[in-house]
Formats: sequence, C-alpha cells, structure tokens
Amino acid sequence: MDNASQTTLSLRDRWHKLREDYRHLTGFKGIYGVLTIVLLVVFGLFAELIAPHAPNRQDLMLALTPPDWRGPHVLGTDHVGRDILSRIIHGARVSLIIATAVALFASVAGVFLGIVSGYFRGRIDSAIQKVAEIFWSFPPLMLAIAIVAFIGQGLTIVIVALTAQRWIPYCRVTRAETMALREREFILAAQSLGAGHWFILRQHILPNVMLSVIVMTSFAMANAIISESSLSFLGLGVPPSIPTWGGMLSDARSYISSAWWMALFPGLAIFLTVLGLNLLGDALRNQFDPKLKSH
Amino acid sequence: MLLYFIKRLAGAVPVLIVVSGIIFALMQLAPGDAVTMLISDEASEADKARIREAWGLDRPPFIQFLNFLGNALTGDFGMSFRYKMPVIEIVMERLPATIELAVAATLIAVGVGVPLGVLAAARPGTAWDAIASAFSFAGISMPNFWLGILLILLFAGYFNILPSGGREPWGLGVEHVTGFLIIDSILAGRWDALGAALKYLALPAIVLGTNMTGIITQMTRAQVLDALREDFVMTARSKGVSEARVLWRHAFRNAMVGVVTIIGLEFGMLLSGAMIVETVFAWPGIGSLLITGISSRDFPLIIGLVLVYTGMFIVMNLLIDLIYTLIDPRIRMN
Repeated sequence: MDNASQTTLSLRDRWHKLREDYRHLTGFKGIYGVLTIVLLVVFGLFAELIAPHAPNRQDLMLALTPPDWRGPHVLGTDHVGRDILSRIIHGARVSLIIATAVALFASVAGVFLGIVSGYFRGRIDSAIQKVAEIFWSFPPLMLAIAIVAFIGQGLTIVIVALTAQRWIPYCRVTRAETMALREREFILAAQSLGAGHWFILRQHILPNVMLSVIVMTSFAMANAIISESSLSFLGLGVPPSIPTWGGMLSDARSYISSAWWMALFPGLAIFLTVLGLNLLGDALRNQFDPKLKSH
Repeated sequence: MLLYFIKRLAGAVPVLIVVSGIIFALMQLAPGDAVTMLISDEASEADKARIREAWGLDRPPFIQFLNFLGNALTGDFGMSFRYKMPVIEIVMERLPATIELAVAATLIAVGVGVPLGVLAAARPGTAWDAIASAFSFAGISMPNFWLGILLILLFAGYFNILPSGGREPWGLGVEHVTGFLIIDSILAGRWDALGAALKYLALPAIVLGTNMTGIITQMTRAQVLDALREDFVMTARSKGVSEARVLWRHAFRNAMVGVVTIIGLEFGMLLSGAMIVETVFAWPGIGSLLITGISSRDFPLIIGLVLVYTGMFIVMNLLIDLIYTLIDPRIRMN
C-alpha cells in the first residue's frame, strides 16, 4: 500500500518534471504540431483504408455535388465527380513523401557540406560557400520551376528540384556552429590525442549540431509542402493522375464561382499541415535552442 | 561610398554569368527540339534548318551561350520565340507592374507587421501578444494561391466589390508614362483612374504581402523584446522618459535594423510569390510572364527574365545595405 502510493506519487512527480522540462513541446504548439505529423503519416501510409472512395473514380452524374455531412460525399465532389475528401486523404501521401525526402536529402547534404566547410575552412570552405551563394541567388521556387519545366514532371524530379536550394540553410547553420565548436577544449583534446578528422566530425561535431538540424527540419518540411503545392498548382508538379492538394486547387480555379468547396478544403489541408509543422518547429526551437529564436 | 556600390555591382557579374549558365544548361536537357517553338512540326527539314540557322540554334550550345553573354553585355537579350519581339522590350513593358505589386505588398507587410510586432513586444504574454502570434503563424503558413482564390471568391464573387483579376479596366485612357499606373494616374490628374488602379491592386497586394506580414510581425516582436532588455532602455526609463517614447524612439529604432534585414531577405520570397500571385490574378507582370515563358519553352525570354529576377535580388540587397547606414550611423560602408 505504502509502496504503491509512493510509486504513484513519484510517477506523478516525474510527469510534472517532464512537463516542466519539456513545457514548450507539451504546450499547444508542440501538441498540435505532433498531431499534424501523426495525421500526415497515417493518411499518407493508409490512404486506401481510410478514404471512403477511390481517389480517381469519376462519376460525371455526381459532378460538383456540394458538401453534405450526411451524404456519401462529405466534402462534395469535383468537376468530374471525384470525392474531395478521398482525394485530400490520398493527397497527403505526396506531401508526406516530398516533405520527408526533401528534408532528408537536404539535411544530409547540407549538414555534411556545412561541417566539412566549418571544420576544414580554407579552400574547401570558400568553394562550398561559393556554390551555396550561387544557388541562393535564384529566387526560391524559380530554380525549382525551371528544373521541373525543362527536365520533366515526376516525383523524383520535384524532390531534386526542391532539394537544390533547401540544403543551403542546413549548410550555413551547421558551418557556423562547427566553426565555434572546433575551438572548444574537447575538440582540441581529441585532436591532441591523435583522433582523425573524420572521427572528430562524426563523434564530436555531428552530435553537437543535431539539435539545430532537428529544429530546421520541421521548417524545411513545411517549406517543401508549400513549394510542392505551388508547383502542382502551376501544373508543374507530379503527373496529374496522382492526387495532390496543389493540383486539386489548380482544378478548382475554373470552378471558382460555382463550386467553392473544390477550393476551400484542399487549401485548408495545406494550410493546417504547414501551420502544424511551423508551430512544431517553433516549439522545438524554444525548447532546445532559445538563442536561435531571434534569427 | 559610390565606389563601394560599383564594386558590389561588379562583384555580381560573375554570379549572373553562372546563374545564366545553369539555366542555359537546364534548357539543353529539355526534351524536344527548340525549333518546333518557331515553326510548325510538319514543316520540311529544309525549312527547319533555315529557321535554326536564322536563330543561331544550329551552333553548339556552348557557342550559343557565349554569343548570348556577348550580346547581353550590350543590353541585347535576343528575340522571344513566342512574341517575336526583343526580350528586353517585353520585359521592360511588364516590369513596372511587378514592381508596383511588390512595393504595395511590402508596404502592407510593413504597415501591418511592424505595429503588430511592437504591440506584441510591449505587452508580452497578453491577449495582444497571442493575437499577433496567431496572426503571424497563420500568415507564414498560408499558401498564397489558396488565399488568392478565397479572396477572389469572397470579394469578387460574393460581395462583388473588387475585380477578380487584371490590372486596369478596359479603356481607362491613362497614358503610360512611367508604366506605374498609380504614378501615371496622379501625373495625369485622373483620380478616377487612381481609384480604379488601387481597386485592381488591392487583392493581389494583400495576398502577396501576407507571408511577409507574418514574418515581419515575428521579427519585430523578437527584435523589440531584445532591445527592451538593453541597458539604454533602463537608462531612458530612469530618466523619466515616457513608456511610449521608450518603446518607439529607443527600442523600436534599434529593432529596425533587423526588420530591414528581413525585408531584404524576404524580397526573393516576394519575387517567387509574385510568380504565383500574378498567375492567380492575371496580373500582367514579369512573374506571370516567366510562367507562360516556361510552359511555352520560350528560351530567350526565360533566360532574360531569370537574369532580371536575379539582378533585382542583388540590387535589392545593395539598397538594404544603403538603408542600414541611414538607420544606424554606427554601420559604415567598407
């Protein structure tokens, strides 16, 4: 009895301590952000099981059916009678794939180049920074539009096109952090003990820049989703046979006065998802790195 | 100071050359034959060869690129495939519309974002702060094409008080002197035309400015909060300076450097946003021109526009440096 109450008490204490330690992540921003990611992953992975209809099944008799909370088409249908809700659920897949892939490739490339740049400095550094400067001088999205327009549509090309500039913020931040880290005692100690450069980069530098990388990844995913939707909206994203939120909005433009639901719901999906990722990024930043806040 | 600017502009030239090289290389990867943009696909091989020669498309890509660079130095960016006009003329005709839109969007973003950010910083943790924070996160996360569609739906469709697209009504009859409709209307003393131009400008400018408004709100709040913790603020308060004066004269003025930096950094985002917003609102600027140019594979037009875009970005960053020295006398050019 005594033991039991003691355990509950300590559990509760531990819970309070956890909440206090991670108060930014367990606040509204963090919880909403995590929920967004969970929903995105669940919809993206299990769209077939969740969606009430097949996303590309047309039924011209039911074209432009308005939303009806009791009907078979809760959010209405589009101009060829496809179910909007099912298409939004399936559209999560493209957003999930693009956001994950762009964040993964951009962070791996950017962090590698960033820590190499900051650690070795000298010629390697100025070469990498020159490349970054050139890629950064394209207005965002313009380079992506040009790549997709000239090389062709497709999931892989969109991922490459969006990664082309996304690695640069990772590179800049990790470079600056590495430059500060390499003057610290524990790095000097490792060096004087004869540790190799790559060993130091892997064992000492990389773990110390990971927090910033995690924070940036949340924003990078938000950016990738909005960029992909913009490309699809312009008709330059993935092939039109794959449902995407941006593509749905592009279809909606022609029916803007007759079918508001075609425009409202897919856009809301983009907005709420990007909002969640931005809020999560902010919560992570407040939690782990208050210094980053004003930058 | 003049020397500094000339140096900076000269330093931008290699960047512009590499940027156009990258776009040129991408164009070579494009499937299909560029000549089909100029002549029907069914034309005879002899005709195609003639056109290729006339437009210089028969030469090796690298030579084409060098030719382009040589001509570009003299201000000649070649002829558009689609419009059969010099690229520079088309761009110059469209450029004022984009600048007008970008300036209006920036003014809206600064006009809303700065006061909101200062207000939030002056009362941290209050309802004002929460409203400003919600507003700024919503602005940052808003896909501009969606907001554009919604506002068209609402203000052009439902309320029917603003036009859904375009830049001026038919037969407005204001002479295009500068190309900036607002300035032209004022110059001609046509207040009706000014009103019409502002009506057409309102929705696209709001949509284009939304993202920047969110970012400026957040940045202003963070910067003013930082400044309020400084010693000179405490000194000012202990001297008996009023709280409003501390906020605006002392804290805000020091926060402005950060806000101006953000405007410069966000200018690229603004230009990208303009491509989408101009497409949504059929705004006749260079953003929508670039999108149509890309979809019709109008290579000379695309490369010319890419250079204009990148050049504008570089010039904007120079202007920001100039503004720094005006705000903060401690910053000197070197």
